[in-house]
Amino acid sequence: MLAILDYEAGNLTSVELAVQHVGGDCVVTKDPKEVAYAERVIFPGVGAAKSAMANLQRFGLDRAIKDAVASGKPVLAICIGLQLAFDFSEEDGGVDCLGLLPGKVKRFVFPPEKHVKIPHMGWNEITVTQPHPLLKDVNPGDECYYVHSYYAAAEDEKMLYCRTEYEGVNFTGAAGKGNFFATQFHPEKSGEVGLSILRNFLKWDGKA
Amino acid sequence: MLSKRLIICLDVRDKKVTKGVKFQGNVDIGDPVEMAAQYYEDGVDELVFYDITASAEGRPIDIEMVAEVARTIFIPFSVGGGIRNVDDMRRALLAGAEKISVNSLAVKNPDIIREGARAFGNQCVVLGMDAKFVGVSEKFPSGYEIVVRGGRTPTGNDALAWAKQAEDLGAGEICLNSIDADGTKEGYELNLTRMISENVSIPVIASGGAGHPDHIVDVLTQGRADAALIASMVHYGDYTCRGIKDYVAARGVRMRAVAL
Repeated sequence: MLAILDYEAGNLTSVELAVQHVGGDCVVTKDPKEVAYAERVIFPGVGAAKSAMANLQRFGLDRAIKDAVASGKPVLAICIGLQLAFDFSEEDGGVDCLGLLPGKVKRFVFPPEKHVKIPHMGWNEITVTQPHPLLKDVNPGDECYYVHSYYAAAEDEKMLYCRTEYEGVNFTGAAGKGNFFATQFHPEKSGEVGLSILRNFLKWDGKA
Repeated sequence: MLSKRLIICLDVRDKKVTKGVKFQGNVDIGDPVEMAAQYYEDGVDELVFYDITASAEGRPIDIEMVAEVARTIFIPFSVGGGIRNVDDMRRALLAGAEKISVNSLAVKNPDIIREGARAFGNQCVVLGMDAKFVGVSEKFPSGYEIVVRGGRTPTGNDALAWAKQAEDLGAGEICLNSIDADGTKEGYELNLTRMISENVSIPVIASGGAGHPDHIVDVLTQGRADAALIASMVHYGDYTCRGIKDYVAARGVRMRAVAL
């Protein structure tokens, strides 16, 4: 059984539908016990870092995620899930996050005369920087769907798996460490490329 | 580099995709779920499901149909029509939609944008706006007025002022439809699109007037749109999504390539 964490941070149905589509047996839950029991965990979400962190703490899911990662079971974080995995996010005046990956989450800042749209919303190329079992079906030039206003600058190149560029800013498209993997893009909304990542996650033994 | 998006709109009435033909009423085109699946295969970047009679009939959006489409496609999916409040938004999101479009409801009650953004995040709330050329005046500095009910009812709101207000309220995106260009197949309203897109910092989807792939190239370059919405170009089989995207990409606009 796969547990999809529900901490009231936006829409989980699309993640659930995509996991079911690739053959996953899943439950959407806010119960830490169910997370502990699950064989693998997806930590999704959209929205603001501070309220997301507060909700995780309210349900005891911050601990549950750390325990799941420590237990060695495969854990996949998506979008705000990736951002919360880092040490710190600048959003809403700053918030301490889970610290599963070293680095900070910053806001996209561009000079006004460049007319750059924020959020970074739409399809953008993911450049795989080192191989990973979840990314084995990604081909050069493949694009995934993003929607976010903040981005992670991974401090440790060894943890960076995908890079994406937006108006001259290179940011973390995917990062991971051991049995933990995180994407800034939405695999559940990224067509067949995204579904291949979810399919690979269902088969993953947690070894990078 | 971010790609520009090609979005297909399914106007749905009585569980059928339909297309309004000026002064002739509506013509049924096909089944929404089948068409969604076909466009997904054909490489569309995003899909919009619009329940066109829900508001007029005073009923909520056809949630079963939304759920069926959501199970079929794994790309961004917005829905609109018949959204009356935050609870309706929640139901549509739980059915698998990703963004909710509000149009006349937001004109009546702009706070719905703020409430929706607060509950589900800005990225969830799309402001749909129908603009009509009325000429520049003190009341309409942009020269365009917001209209509702398919263009029949003027609202007194200036198009640019409304777009900026919606952004301030927390809209994550604007779907801008030109009432004058809609249905003409003579191209998008480039001046309108460019003016709105350059004056807000959120993405703008251009709608209304597409009849040829060149129109899409124009609105994504001169019009500065972030995405182009089409319907009849592909509904009648005149063009394929893939064909349009290849054509547009060959003219230097970055589009997502989809493997065969």
